[in-house]
Amino acid sequence: MLILKPSDIRSSEITPKSVYLRRREFIQASAAALVAAGLPSLAAEAAAQGGGLAKLPNVRKSPLSTTETPSLYEHVTSYNNFYEFAPGAGDGPKNNSKNFKPRPWKVKIDGLVSKPGDYDIDDFIKPYTLEERVYRMRCVEAWSFVVPWVGIPMADVIKRVEPMSKARFVEMTTLLDIGRFPMQRTDVLQWPYLEGLRLDEAMNPLTLLAVGIYGEVLPAQNGAPIRLVTPWKYGFKGVKSIVRIRFVESQPRNTWQMMAPSEYGFYANVNPEVDHPRWSQARERRLPAFIANRRTEMFNGYTEQVAHMYKGMDLRKNY
Amino acid sequence: MTPITLVRILCFAAALVPAAALVYGFFTNDLTANPGDYITDQTGTWTLAFIAISLTVTPLRRLTGWNQVIKLRRMLGLFAFFYGTLHMLTWVVFAHFFEVSFMVEDVVKRPFITVGMATFLILFALALTSNRLAIRRLGRRWQTLHRLVYVAAVSGVIHFWWLVKADITVPRRWAVAIGVLLAFRVWWTYRSRLSSRS
Repeated sequence: MLILKPSDIRSSEITPKSVYLRRREFIQASAAALVAAGLPSLAAEAAAQGGGLAKLPNVRKSPLSTTETPSLYEHVTSYNNFYEFAPGAGDGPKNNSKNFKPRPWKVKIDGLVSKPGDYDIDDFIKPYTLEERVYRMRCVEAWSFVVPWVGIPMADVIKRVEPMSKARFVEMTTLLDIGRFPMQRTDVLQWPYLEGLRLDEAMNPLTLLAVGIYGEVLPAQNGAPIRLVTPWKYGFKGVKSIVRIRFVESQPRNTWQMMAPSEYGFYANVNPEVDHPRWSQARERRLPAFIANRRTEMFNGYTEQVAHMYKGMDLRKNY
Repeated sequence: MTPITLVRILCFAAALVPAAALVYGFFTNDLTANPGDYITDQTGTWTLAFIAISLTVTPLRRLTGWNQVIKLRRMLGLFAFFYGTLHMLTWVVFAHFFEVSFMVEDVVKRPFITVGMATFLILFALALTSNRLAIRRLGRRWQTLHRLVYVAAVSGVIHFWWLVKADITVPRRWAVAIGVLLAFRVWWTYRSRLSSRS
């Protein structure tokens, strides 16, 4: 498969207005950097980021990474959604996941594959070379980050387990364990969390099974020990703490679509033209920011890598 | 200083604490990575809180016989307007950065915004007519107008209920609280009708 360079934001494309809108962000970011570390450059600070968790060894860089500066580790790990720990974005998931143990952990591969299996998480990862993928991450709530994920291309996993010709979709499931996920006692969502991809989407070179961020293992609140990353889709497609990958013939259900079918679809491709019923998707906040500082890009800026998969589809209907 | 004056001063200071906490959080960089949304949530919550607190004044007075407490009511209502104004301004600035066309679209297309704006307009009208001159000029109509606070309480809860993604726990709590406070009024009205009939 042809691997194309990602189309990063070209500075020539940024309109004068958005530059104007970003002025506070620049001032804040530089002020924060000065205060936090006493004069090192933002880039140097970003490169040295982490949370003191175990370092992942032998991580290969990827040409699929964006050259944009990664967001602050502190922000990526303290502002996100993970309903199994707390409802809503904010520091709830971080605070409520302090005692979460991502071991022991099993991953089941089943359904329409020639080589189904139950793996211990470490055995599951072992055959593959870890890659760092710096991706834009766009939440359906109209905020975004740049996250240096570490993981394995999902296509590599799929080739190894040999899906049968009837397999057309992949369904992924989060662990169901009330002891480890306190919110699973409530009926806020239907548990366990389910997500799915078409097989060609799962095979796309961008699709990653992430086991780390910023060179370290994933913190609990970001989906330890293994989660899906599909950077051209809204964040809720990125099912966390996966225990099952099932190959199926018909389109699987996904949790948010079950919750509110008029607001969340199966595809959930980032699309500035198709609004969420309760807010516009035309712009976004690249956090930290008080106000929208970017225009949302079609497929979150990954058009070259993914648009061909949706040729001829009405993306208004298949939101 | 009379006791109620002291209570008023303490209430005034306490009512400013949530706003002060936001200002403090701004300068200590402690409003999450998405401070616009955080401030919007906080000011919205405190608007609803002050509507509810101002609605407890009359039940408190009738249940305890502490008549002086009525002297807190206008101030508490004005704090609901104060936080409601901040909340509305977060939408103007953080959500839309003064772009009128986006705001109009929001109000027209999105029911939770429509209801939120209606709630704000009620609070605005009540704040405008909260001074002595307006009370005197409006006469009996003043009380009728200010019963709109019941509508604002209900529409405030609806606004909250419609904007959450999945977890209705918190708006449901507010619905119960406002429901109890309004039930007092319904009950008293019902009883006074009964007694006036007999």
